[in-house]
Amino acid sequence: MTQDRHGRYRFLAGAILPALALYAVFVLSPYAQAFYLSLTDWTGVSGQVNFVGLDNFTRLFGDPLFLAALRNNGLMLLVVPVVTIALGLLLAVLVTFGGRRGSAIRGASTYQTAYFFPQLLSLPIIALLWQFVYHPNDGLLNGLLRGIGLDGLARTWLGDPHLALWAVMAVLVWSSVGFYMVLFAAAMGSIPAELIEAATLDGAGRLTTLWRIVLPLLRDTVQVAFVYLGVLALDGFAVVQVMTVGPGGPDNATEVMGLGLYRNAFTFSKFGYAAAMGVTLFFLTLTLAVLAMRAGRRERVELA
Amino acid sequence: MNPSSQLRRYPTRRAVLGAAVAGAALPVLGGCVTGGEDDTAEAASGAKTAENPLGVPDKTPLEVVIFKGGYGDEYAVNAESLYKQRYPGATVDHKGIQKVGEALQPRFVADTPPDVVDNTGAGRLDLATLVGAGKLSDLADLLDAPSLDDPAKKVRDTLLPGVVDDGTFDNKVQTLNFTYTVWGLWYSKPLFDKHGWTFPTTWDAMLALCEQIKKAGVAPWTYQGKYPEYLNDPLLAMAAKAGGPDLVKAVDNLEPNAWKQPGLVDAASAIAELAGKGYILSGSEALSHTEAQAAWSQSQVAIIPCGSWLEAEQKGITPDGFDMVMAPAPALSSGDKLPQTALQGASSESFIVPAKAKNPRGGLEFLRILFSTTAAKRFAELNSTMPSVAGALEGLTLSSGLGSVKTAVDAAGPNTFTYRFRTWYAPLAKAVDDATGELATRRITPAQWSDRVQKAADAVATDTAVKKYQR
Repeated sequence: MTQDRHGRYRFLAGAILPALALYAVFVLSPYAQAFYLSLTDWTGVSGQVNFVGLDNFTRLFGDPLFLAALRNNGLMLLVVPVVTIALGLLLAVLVTFGGRRGSAIRGASTYQTAYFFPQLLSLPIIALLWQFVYHPNDGLLNGLLRGIGLDGLARTWLGDPHLALWAVMAVLVWSSVGFYMVLFAAAMGSIPAELIEAATLDGAGRLTTLWRIVLPLLRDTVQVAFVYLGVLALDGFAVVQVMTVGPGGPDNATEVMGLGLYRNAFTFSKFGYAAAMGVTLFFLTLTLAVLAMRAGRRERVELA
Repeated sequence: MNPSSQLRRYPTRRAVLGAAVAGAALPVLGGCVTGGEDDTAEAASGAKTAENPLGVPDKTPLEVVIFKGGYGDEYAVNAESLYKQRYPGATVDHKGIQKVGEALQPRFVADTPPDVVDNTGAGRLDLATLVGAGKLSDLADLLDAPSLDDPAKKVRDTLLPGVVDDGTFDNKVQTLNFTYTVWGLWYSKPLFDKHGWTFPTTWDAMLALCEQIKKAGVAPWTYQGKYPEYLNDPLLAMAAKAGGPDLVKAVDNLEPNAWKQPGLVDAASAIAELAGKGYILSGSEALSHTEAQAAWSQSQVAIIPCGSWLEAEQKGITPDGFDMVMAPAPALSSGDKLPQTALQGASSESFIVPAKAKNPRGGLEFLRILFSTTAAKRFAELNSTMPSVAGALEGLTLSSGLGSVKTAVDAAGPNTFTYRFRTWYAPLAKAVDDATGELATRRITPAQWSDRVQKAADAVATDTAVKKYQR
């Protein structure tokens, strides 16, 4: 018996330890180093490191660039997840229940594939494509506006501090909405047909069914989507770095924390300070995830 | 069914666990990235002779890392083959890469750097930081060694004016720049001839010309709006001409109110005027350098500010007969302290020999070969770019752009100037770029421009964590 149990533990340990070791080396140790470096003035090339305590963190909150980044990431956090989820839900509902008598519309999978496409492109490529779209003189967007006679609406999208961040957010939404549509549509597909039928028999209209039956059953999926999109909104580095003026401009209108971190590390050679930004971002993301999970904690409906 | 219930606590638990382990492992793992300070590498060296003044060991391999950007790396391969001819026993390990910083940062930390590095490109390592950390060799031995072409002349005396200064940090020459870049305003000569325009030498004449150009249906100016530093160059050049070397020094030495000197405010006003009169192609503020330069190459725009690399950069898309020409920025007024022909010029393409290289003598010798007339001429031919070696362009057939650059450099003579704050204080450079972007879109006034930049300069001046330089 004891022998047997030992054997089993040995087997389990053999299965788990290599993975744990990889995780410790490639995930935990960089984290630990980042925490340590955030308390130093490491320049990135020197072996010499001075411990500076919380000095980097004190500086952070007097750094106008970092405060601008906080503000911009905050706005993105308010806008990107809500808009993406709303659009994703709308498209998922249209595809799944938009057909006759509440069935899936014809060619549903074609739509899903088409909307999913942006997910297959890497973010820098998306950012580059959108930079062409936003080109003030030869861009698709201004070309379209001028083509339909709305010349007055044509703008220098990425050159105007009031519009640039919105232009960035539009790209983030565009690039992720397809994925969440597919996710929501899959979750909707797994709602038992009897539930919908029962509601219809009870005289519920399409909107009522949607509002009272479908959406409540999607709560968990939406919650997870919110966490992921929140993390995306706190990042935004790739799109901002490739697409915007400066990058991060004009005049820091699109500055995000990730960009500040990158610039401080690789342009200004202040790795310690950059690590402090990373640590701050880590705790912000963690707080967001915890809050989002707590806020949505409710009684769960068990199906089937 | 409830796939997400599995996910529910997952991120939190992982993160908490991560944080806990991180805390425990901190002292152990913390050492990894920053360790390895105290091993003293044994640098190889050979006997010093007239043929081998730097004492290069014949059998020791040489590792060369070259930034493979606009200039490619063929010129370096050429210099390496010259090295192998002189030291047949040595193997040369050549690496032509783009992200120099990302590739070499860990090697500098571990003190296992290559023997010679072309530390250039957007992803380069910050030179001031390398200097501050004592990671670079003093190049004095190289500068005082006889040059390859004429043993009676030291390497130091074969370089263009300013090159040794550009590489000097803390009174030691720690980098040597291989190319000589000048900044100015570019136009197509045939386009100007066709309309009977002449390139102006004063700012008033510039404004008058812009009016004419605009009437002809061409946008007078554009700039690489996505990177406003391009527009800083004419602005700072005009300021330097107005205020002379003292203005430049005050700026670089972070003197109080340096950015409020009349020359700088006037130059900022000039740029603002250009924008205010509608002489800048609309939408320029959002154009990348390729987009703005393409519009200029297609003659949608008459004038663009750029450094002397422009001709090489536009090689693929310049129409036949475009014949681009560079002119120095106009003079703000007749009271300018420097002549209008004065030129903003600086050497770049920074070559360093790491202090902990295995074969530092070989690294120095590679540079002695690279900075010889033969190798520099080859570079000029390959890239239509001016090397920082004096006389390297003599006897070559020059393209329109490079020819105009040579003319401008000859005309400027000793009157060249360069600002050092960009390399010394990167955060200040960013503040200037941001402010100039706002100035060119008229979202701030010239007075606000100088206030903002002064504030940023003061912040750098009072920051005790920033190493200060003086000139």
